[in-house]
Amino acid sequence: MAKLEISDLHVSVITEDTSKEILCGVNLTIDAGETHAIMGPNGSGKSTLAYSLAGHPKYRVTSGTVLLDGADVLSMTVDQRARAGLFLAMQYPVEIPGVTTSNFLRTAATAVRGQAPGVRQWLKEVKDEMESLQMDPDFAQRSVNEGFSGGEKKRHEILQMSLLKPKIAILDETDSGLDIDALRVVSEGVNRYKAESAAAGEAVGVLLITHYTRILRYIQPDFVHVFVAGQVAESGGSELAEELEADGYVRFTGQAVPA
Amino acid sequence: MTAAPELSEARLAQAETIDALSTYQFGWSDSDAAGTTAKRGLDEDVVRGISHLKNEPEWMLERRLKALKLFERQPLPTWGADLSEIDFDNIKYFVRSTEQKVTSWEDLPDDIKYTYDRIGIPEAEKQQMIAGVSAQYESEVVYNSIREDLAQQGVVFLDTDSGLKEYPDLFEEYFGSVIPAGDNKFSALNTAVWSGGSFVYVPKGVHVKIPLQAYFRINTENMGQFERTLIIVDEDAYVHYVEGCTAPVYRSDSLHSAVVEIIVKKGARCRYTTIQNWSTNVYNLVTKRTKAEEGATMEWVDGNIGAKVTMKYPSVWMMGEHAKGSVLSVAFAGKGQHQDTGSKMLHLAPHTSSEIISKSISREGGRSSYRGLVQVNPGAHHSRSTVKCDALLVDTKSRSDTYPYVDIREDDVTMGHEATVSKSSDDQLYYLMSGGLTEEEAMAMIVRGFIEPIAKELPMEYALELNRLIEMQMEGAVG
Repeated sequence: MAKLEISDLHVSVITEDTSKEILCGVNLTIDAGETHAIMGPNGSGKSTLAYSLAGHPKYRVTSGTVLLDGADVLSMTVDQRARAGLFLAMQYPVEIPGVTTSNFLRTAATAVRGQAPGVRQWLKEVKDEMESLQMDPDFAQRSVNEGFSGGEKKRHEILQMSLLKPKIAILDETDSGLDIDALRVVSEGVNRYKAESAAAGEAVGVLLITHYTRILRYIQPDFVHVFVAGQVAESGGSELAEELEADGYVRFTGQAVPA
Repeated sequence: MTAAPELSEARLAQAETIDALSTYQFGWSDSDAAGTTAKRGLDEDVVRGISHLKNEPEWMLERRLKALKLFERQPLPTWGADLSEIDFDNIKYFVRSTEQKVTSWEDLPDDIKYTYDRIGIPEAEKQQMIAGVSAQYESEVVYNSIREDLAQQGVVFLDTDSGLKEYPDLFEEYFGSVIPAGDNKFSALNTAVWSGGSFVYVPKGVHVKIPLQAYFRINTENMGQFERTLIIVDEDAYVHYVEGCTAPVYRSDSLHSAVVEIIVKKGARCRYTTIQNWSTNVYNLVTKRTKAEEGATMEWVDGNIGAKVTMKYPSVWMMGEHAKGSVLSVAFAGKGQHQDTGSKMLHLAPHTSSEIISKSISREGGRSSYRGLVQVNPGAHHSRSTVKCDALLVDTKSRSDTYPYVDIREDDVTMGHEATVSKSSDDQLYYLMSGGLTEEEAMAMIVRGFIEPIAKELPMEYALELNRLIEMQMEGAVG
């Protein structure tokens, strides 16, 4: 069973001539089948954690370890991480002009699964998932993320997750920019993959990064972590989310932050 | 010099090894008895010799000799790519590889057949994806065929040497009428020593629905290939002509200097597609121009993947009202390559319109330049022109330049110009790699996406070929 262990992770962001520490010793363990929500105010480093785990070159790990089933994630390239079973649903998916979504998805599935999926089975798989996510079939022939609405981008990220079947899925503000219907469709997609992977004996571990509690009404977290100033400030169960909903982050930051 | 003409196992194995070592797939050379004995350097005797061998009419010899003088007088262009290393005295200006042109693959000499088999031409013809084929090996066309139904409709597709013999009147009228010998140093050179190329005539109203294809192959080291193509599309007719080019990888340079003249008559349409994949020791200096009459349409689709240096600016002179010209081009400049390409659009009549879409990719220190001219003459009112240049740099040591020239001498015109340089971004790479693609696969995917607007205009097998070439070019692109 999958296990992601983050120990004392320090990460700096690299710009032209400066380097600034964003993550200041993160400790977190995600076991198979668990859903962890990370909540925190703007600028607390939540997204930096997501990017660093997936290996974005802009972020430099200065110390600490990340292990996936005991394997050293930090020494892996971005694509090796994906093939090892780590998936990141991005907050800001990138446009790739001229590359069709179907081409990208099939190439990615081939890379992650280690062999090209059979054509007929693959087409059915994609069609079913797209229907579940209420996506227009034409979508597959459009260029990756080009001209997608906010909702379409997020659905596309969840579509990737359900096709690439990761052991650990990191969802970086997947709820941002979604209207209530889209939020429900996307959340159901996540829940469906959780249930499917559990049924297959490979229950996915989920790290859900969010500002707001509303997505937690759809995706039930087992653990909630409050993230402040690049660290986990407090951990608890879903009741912690309710407290945050009522009181905001003021108890942790010492100042009122608009929700 | 290469070994005796013999297709031994050892030679095959050696060729395979060379293939494996180089990313250039067509870099092998075949037996080269003809090339070995060919004379180097250019003088009046060489020109007279070519004309004599071909049994040409006197007027053509005179044209050639006049052009030779123009070539000797004209300086090398001082703009564009560096041509100072071309050693005109070391080039072989004419190589006859076989005594006879044939119309059946079976009749080709074994070594030449072997070359084209490896490039994959007979397959394409067998599958009837093309309406006619011409294959030029060294200086002359060695194979030529056209589908019978087209021949019956009066479509002519011949090598240019045969065209001159069989249609002397058309040649006297049109040869050199679009690109005079003195147009530039290399059109003068071509006119002096031209050999081979294609002659196409499409009669009034005839639509050739599937493409005519020509394949050009240089096999000899230091060879100069000077094919001459003349295409006449009569009123309301349509034709699509496609050419592909390859050469072996040698230590020293070869020269390809073609002239392509096209006349598109009233209401007719012509599309000319090139996928140039010369090896990176070929100077590719080509003059291509069309005269488009009233209501005629000329479309150049131009892919430059190979060659050490390319200077090529396919042009359309819009002579009649409502004539249209377009150029869609993609250039790929890798290590040691300079692709200086673009277009010239001359609006010489009212209501004419032109469009230039140019995309280039530079990597590993390669250099690509867009160089274009849009000229609207007095009287060419209500003309429209759009120019779009888009350059992709995949690293920080490569280079892209844009030289757009605009010369408008009429008030009532619409002109658009847009130039962008994109750096393939870390974010794009990261996004695709997060899907499990290696850095190389991700980069190739970004590049393929970038050229997709042009790839989709190509016949299917050429689009696949272009994608494959790009993939090979991108191998080892990232470390």
